[in-house]
Amino acid sequence: MKFVKFLLIGIFFGIVLVKSEAVSWFRIYEMFRFQSFHMYGIIGTAIASGILFLQISKKGYIKSIKGANIFVPKKEKGLIRYIIGGIIFGFGWALIGTCPGPMYILLGAGVWSMLIVIAAAILGTFIYGILKDKLPH
Amino acid sequence: MHYLLNPWPWYVSGPLIALVMALLLYFGKTFGMSSNLRTMCSIAGAGKFIDFFKFNWKDQIWNLTVVLGSLIGGYIAVKFLSNDSVTNLNPTTVTELQSMGFKNPGTTLVPNEIFALDALASPKALMLLVVGGLLVGFGTRYAGGCTSGHAILGLSSLQKPSLIAVIGFFIGGLIMANFIFPLIF
Repeated sequence: MKFVKFLLIGIFFGIVLVKSEAVSWFRIYEMFRFQSFHMYGIIGTAIASGILFLQISKKGYIKSIKGANIFVPKKEKGLIRYIIGGIIFGFGWALIGTCPGPMYILLGAGVWSMLIVIAAAILGTFIYGILKDKLPH
Repeated sequence: MHYLLNPWPWYVSGPLIALVMALLLYFGKTFGMSSNLRTMCSIAGAGKFIDFFKFNWKDQIWNLTVVLGSLIGGYIAVKFLSNDSVTNLNPTTVTELQSMGFKNPGTTLVPNEIFALDALASPKALMLLVVGGLLVGFGTRYAGGCTSGHAILGLSSLQKPSLIAVIGFFIGGLIMANFIFPLIF
């Protein structure tokens, strides 16, 4: 039963990303061609609202369900992994127009080819796991 | 109902995505969709050979549940919360894509030329799906996150590594869409 809330959050997430057209391959292309404000508006207002939420919670006005402070894991320091990994991710994001959330949402929306994309993404993550210690981070 | 069925404006959608992030933090979790790819590797037994996948994946069931939910949400949105409106793309984008061989930009969520099942007969479309998936799966783990973990949660919490990663996302995306697409399509 404790997972029901996560199922509901996921359902809400899927609906929002479809209705916002953030799962649209065409919107991603348009964004990377600087031909529309739409995606920048979504990402921008999401971050602005997120900053607002985290600042308010930092002041102690919002606590987690257990009454603890809202906790955001810190990313490790680094440069190379973020820039190179980021660029590789960006190549894929623009090419297939989906990142690791929308690929499931689109599968649910009836795009069966996403099964191939998801399988390839799992394989990509597996390859990273193999090469991890040999890559600069 | 009209407002619900039409595509939602960006200023409604963005804050709602932040709400997803806020709810997950409220429940003591974190917003990060790409972690699930690592979890699936672990479930498939990759931890037997590679330490990176050796962790208790049962701790990640909540996140897999979010994935399952998002899949259901995608179905609900298309099946019950949509009308026949098309994506209101920039006319320049539409003309550009048409000249690259995409027939009806914006009438579907993804181009049929790459994603329709009968497109799989073309080796090119199949290769794009596989290469795209590999790049996303490899890149996201190398960078330690994706659009949700870095661009939304990471930037909302003002973390420098996430800013670097997002700059990387855009360098890669811009190169792909502006310089490599003309060579592929």
